[in-house]
Amino acid sequence: MSLQLILLQLSEGMLSTIWIFVLTLLFSLPLGLVIAFGRMSRNVILRNITRIYISIMRGTPLMLQLLVVYFGPYYIFGISISSSYRAYAVIIAFALNYAAYFAEIYRSGIASMPKGQYEAAKVLGYSRTQTFFTIILPQVIKRILPSVTNEVITLVKDTSLAFSIAYAEMFTHAKALAASQKSMVPFVAAAVFYYIFNFVVAAIMEFFEKKMAYYQ
Amino acid sequence: MNILELKHAKKSFDGVEVLKDIDLSVSEGQVVSIIGPSGSGKSTLLRCATFLETLDDGSLSYQGQEVVHSENGRAVYGNKAQIKQAMGSFGLVFQNFNLFPHFSVLKNITDAPIRVQKRPKEQVEAEARELLKKMGLADRADAYPCQLSGGQQQRVSIARALALKPAILFFDEPTSALDPELTLEILKVIKELAAEKMTMVIVTHEMNFAKDVSDRMIFMDKGLIVEETTPELLFKSENQRTREFLGKYHDLS
Repeated sequence: MSLQLILLQLSEGMLSTIWIFVLTLLFSLPLGLVIAFGRMSRNVILRNITRIYISIMRGTPLMLQLLVVYFGPYYIFGISISSSYRAYAVIIAFALNYAAYFAEIYRSGIASMPKGQYEAAKVLGYSRTQTFFTIILPQVIKRILPSVTNEVITLVKDTSLAFSIAYAEMFTHAKALAASQKSMVPFVAAAVFYYIFNFVVAAIMEFFEKKMAYYQ
Repeated sequence: MNILELKHAKKSFDGVEVLKDIDLSVSEGQVVSIIGPSGSGKSTLLRCATFLETLDDGSLSYQGQEVVHSENGRAVYGNKAQIKQAMGSFGLVFQNFNLFPHFSVLKNITDAPIRVQKRPKEQVEAEARELLKKMGLADRADAYPCQLSGGQQQRVSIARALALKPAILFFDEPTSALDPELTLEILKVIKELAAEKMTMVIVTHEMNFAKDVSDRMIFMDKGLIVEETTPELLFKSENQRTREFLGKYHDLS
């Protein structure tokens, strides 16, 4: 089997991998902010619920969470699962898991903001919502960007865990191809793909960091 | 009519009485300085007057509108609209400037008038440039706070407060984070404002400046007003505590 053919076979999986990546970020970044709000809330119940949530999400393997989200509906509620649910399960599990990590990053960023920024905004008449979204959050994003980059790069590699519920992302294809062709080449191709993907991600994040470097 | 009227203000932190029964009223065009040792409650007084701290007891009015009143020994705050109206009456200049680092100098000044007061952008920007000119910063409108000296940052923060056209301006030790040279810059600006009859309350450790600029001076110690009089009389005070505090200052100069 030529390299071209292998790449062709893998390309479909690459697209799936990119989709998992994009959709996970799309859902987990805002969800993480909402969870961070809960975690910092004055309401004790809300605070504890989100704390337990984050603790479970960080304390158990992502692969196990994937299996629970995918098989849970059947084992717990007896709902038969359609094959199209597989893709949803991947996104749900990834988004829920990454939101927990992002929540903690947001929280540390928000907590690091000096009190004076809130006080200045209050005295100038900004509402609480205006203060958060125009004064606090833009500065928080700058502060947390390096930590977010770390998570995003981990996410690229974690997408390969979707193979555990036989979702046809790139790693699943590579594994099948390596087995059928009795060849290492698919794995090498996969490695190169992940590396380039992360290289691009890192470059994009660096671009954002530079863009926000106009102030200290 | 008094712009600010604070009566019987009381405030404790964890059982420690920081303000023990303070009255402070300021009429239009007056400049009042508050001096006193660290921990005497000067800053807390300003923070209570500007809603950054909540009064335990006392009453507070701005421009004749009561926003806090005392009921059975406790301070009762007015509704949201009343508080909002009162907060529109004053500006506050902080010791550490607290400029917004991600906004340019111009945006630091214009954002609140546009976003909060909903005034037209062109008009606000023209006024902001005028204010910057007055502060000697006409050419720094597009700079970011981190590119400015401490004195320049403080002048921007004064412009930011003035842009909202407050009836009274509070200064909380505006020069404590600055070196002597930069301090002079700021004091000059405040003197200019005083000459324009801006109503101001200034918490400061700059005695000569306070003496020069104030219509009235207040000496606070341990949460109480020890003396409240004209600068001339305060510096000739017979009160032992006042003499002690000012004496230490005289020894230095």
